[in-house]
Amino acid sequence: MNYTEKLENVTVLGAAGKMGSGILLLTAIEMADLSMKPENKGKQFILYALDISQTALSGLMKYMQTQILKAAEKKVVALRKVYAEHRDLIDNSEIINQYVMDVMSIIRPVTTIESAYESNIIFEAASENPELKIKMFSQINQNNKNKPWFLTNTSSIPIAHLDKEAKLEGRILGVHFYNPPAVQKLVEVIKSDNTKPEIVEFAKQFIKNLRKTEVPSYDFAGFIGNGHFMRDALHGMSEAQKLTKEMSFIEAVYIINKITQDYLIRPMGIFQLIDYVGVDVCQYIMKVMNPYVKDEEIHSPLLDKFMELGVRGGQNHDGSQKDGFLKYEKGKPVAIYDPDKKQYIAITEYAAKCDAKLGDLPKSILPWKAVVGNPNKEVIFRNYFKELNSMKTLGAELAKEYAKRSKNIGLKLVSDKVAYNEKDVNTVLLTGFFHAYGPINDYLN
Amino acid sequence: MRTLRRKIYMIAGYNTISMGSGRKEFNPKKERPGIEEYVKEAGQAVLKQIGGAANVDECVIGNFIAARFNRQANIEGFFPYIDEGLKFKPCIRVEGACGTGALALATGIRSILAETAEVVLVLGVEVQNTVKAIYGADILAAAGWAKERKDGHAYFFPGKFSDRAGAYYEKFGKEKTRKAMAKWYVNAIENARLCPTAQEFHNTTKDLNAQGMAEPNPRGFVDNLNVFDCSKVSDGASGIAIVSEEGLKRCGISTKDAVEVISFGQSEYDITKAPSDLTKLETTADAVKKALSMACITKDQIATVECHDCFTIAGIMAIEAIGFAAHGEGTDFVLEGNTSRTGKVPFNTTGGLVGWGHPTGATGVHQAVTILEQLTGKAGNAQIEIPKDKPFGLSVNMGGDDKTLVAIVYKKLN
Repeated sequence: MNYTEKLENVTVLGAAGKMGSGILLLTAIEMADLSMKPENKGKQFILYALDISQTALSGLMKYMQTQILKAAEKKVVALRKVYAEHRDLIDNSEIINQYVMDVMSIIRPVTTIESAYESNIIFEAASENPELKIKMFSQINQNNKNKPWFLTNTSSIPIAHLDKEAKLEGRILGVHFYNPPAVQKLVEVIKSDNTKPEIVEFAKQFIKNLRKTEVPSYDFAGFIGNGHFMRDALHGMSEAQKLTKEMSFIEAVYIINKITQDYLIRPMGIFQLIDYVGVDVCQYIMKVMNPYVKDEEIHSPLLDKFMELGVRGGQNHDGSQKDGFLKYEKGKPVAIYDPDKKQYIAITEYAAKCDAKLGDLPKSILPWKAVVGNPNKEVIFRNYFKELNSMKTLGAELAKEYAKRSKNIGLKLVSDKVAYNEKDVNTVLLTGFFHAYGPINDYLN
Repeated sequence: MRTLRRKIYMIAGYNTISMGSGRKEFNPKKERPGIEEYVKEAGQAVLKQIGGAANVDECVIGNFIAARFNRQANIEGFFPYIDEGLKFKPCIRVEGACGTGALALATGIRSILAETAEVVLVLGVEVQNTVKAIYGADILAAAGWAKERKDGHAYFFPGKFSDRAGAYYEKFGKEKTRKAMAKWYVNAIENARLCPTAQEFHNTTKDLNAQGMAEPNPRGFVDNLNVFDCSKVSDGASGIAIVSEEGLKRCGISTKDAVEVISFGQSEYDITKAPSDLTKLETTADAVKKALSMACITKDQIATVECHDCFTIAGIMAIEAIGFAAHGEGTDFVLEGNTSRTGKVPFNTTGGLVGWGHPTGATGVHQAVTILEQLTGKAGNAQIEIPKDKPFGLSVNMGGDDKTLVAIVYKKLN
């Protein structure tokens, strides 16, 4: 079976979730584009969108329609050529609407797993629960005569573990998209020792057609992305805990969030990033990773505490941010949760005091937004970190400490054989986390 | 008609802001003024300068395609909305795609010549930001032959002028042509920065030339143009009054605040036919030739030109069509600085279509207002010097791909 034949029948598990819907969208468009090639005329392409909730599937179909419309508007130049033979479609609007209908007609929203029994490819984006994944995989595998290929979006569970437990005989590959899949360029690809090379080849082609960036990772729990992020988050939380000897918890969170956003010139602070991913998701990923990591404890009592308090972060269905460590208004942090008082305290009450403690900002500091797309950013960062290195303020000390830790996490991912090389670590942080510079650098040498 | 049989003047010009991307006030997600608000603003501003609606005999409005952008036709019905005093006056709407504005002027001129009017209120309007650019392209494609739409580019008109640019590159060399197009863009933005109503008035880009030189991206746009080569999507209206000598007196306006229209040339090309040479604007050349001949002047007496640079390449081809440079040498003419605001003959002194904006049905009127302001010393920061021996201005407004053309020659008075 070649690439196209494989894609003639596909199922996305957990299709209505945040990651599932993005993967469904990308796959639907790729399948529709294949179906419109002259050589594929007459072939039937079917994409099952499998989820447990009918309500969620209804929402999913609406989401798909608006997203496909957006995608069609962007590629109308090419679409006019695709529909050149359809003489009745004249305006861009007619061609765009036809394309939306054609892509939608491939998708079948379903709630029963039996649909997956006829698919060649199973994309899995269910929740990050090994038992659940294994159960679904083995059920499908036992009932599907096509010897289907499983492409899992797990961000932390070792592929070999899933393979072995679900008895997939190497027909599984980690294909980890970043959130939201429609926008983020990065895809981490994780093969186990057992993974069949044809699947890796298929994924390479698929990711290339999606115009995404592939970064391979060893099959080690957490892979590169969460391997760095979870340790970085643990460091942030432990630094905040240290600071609570001299200040309140909310002040410490404010300071560490500011250090990691403003001083380190990142798109968001570490506490905001934890909220973005979700306190519950972070806790779960750590739980999955911890048994595999021998020389470190990947576990945060602070996350446990916040979970008990019911403060979970994460995102609403429309992509807006739920309150977590921080409270958000129009996407911007405005208050921090005080676990003792069990309420959010406005940042304006202590920001000035904390800023004074941190000392003067480096003169050459720039916001992330101003640097990320700047062609001269290499020079800008070199100068900035040189200045930071020469400073002795609390802010500068914390920032340097943090940057060094981030670098060491990256280096250890390479020496522990999680990442193949340093460049891959930097690519993951640059493309998956939108950092403006890779953590493995010599700026502070 | 060798010369005009009556003296004709233009007075009391007004431009609204050319609204659209680039203006700080513009927010595509928020509700914006409708077409009637633009008509009202421009109409009332002209009436205020000419002593009120009672002085007006006839009204002409130019609009390309509000029927699709705004679901509005019969827009001459907005004249009495501008001012109750215009109720029951003869009003007419004209259309000639992007050449609509100057067709409205030509219609007003004819009313004066026909002696049915001594004062004609002329407006042009277009409100285009009601749809995304990709759907606006469908609407604007109506300026070409409908039967060509299916096989045309998604961005139909950029596609047409991309083909022209491609032919020009082929014939006269790509590198120099791209440089000249970028220079045209730089001039347009620098001029627009001097005019508060211009769409690019707020433009703060440092390296404009680098933007202009950006390599075209055929995957997302057209083969031979980048987005900076193109005029933007604009909302705007312009107004002016066309009057006879009697009309001038009636409005109480001194000749120092007026320009005289000494000639106009109109020309039409078969909309079903492709240009015989993609590197030339033949219809433009014909209209300008007629206008200069009726005016009995040569191009060397022209102090400033407003030409129809819907795309930078159209600006370069217009230079050649008018006769300032030989075929293939319009690029040198631009690169030598002749068209910049301190050059031999400043073109598009408030930015033209690329810099000021291109509210399609209003553009021809906007060009006349700009020349009126320059020749009466009212162009503010955008004012250029008008040499004593060059008292003339020229406007060239084009509809479609060199199809519907009007050229007008204006004379500075006193």
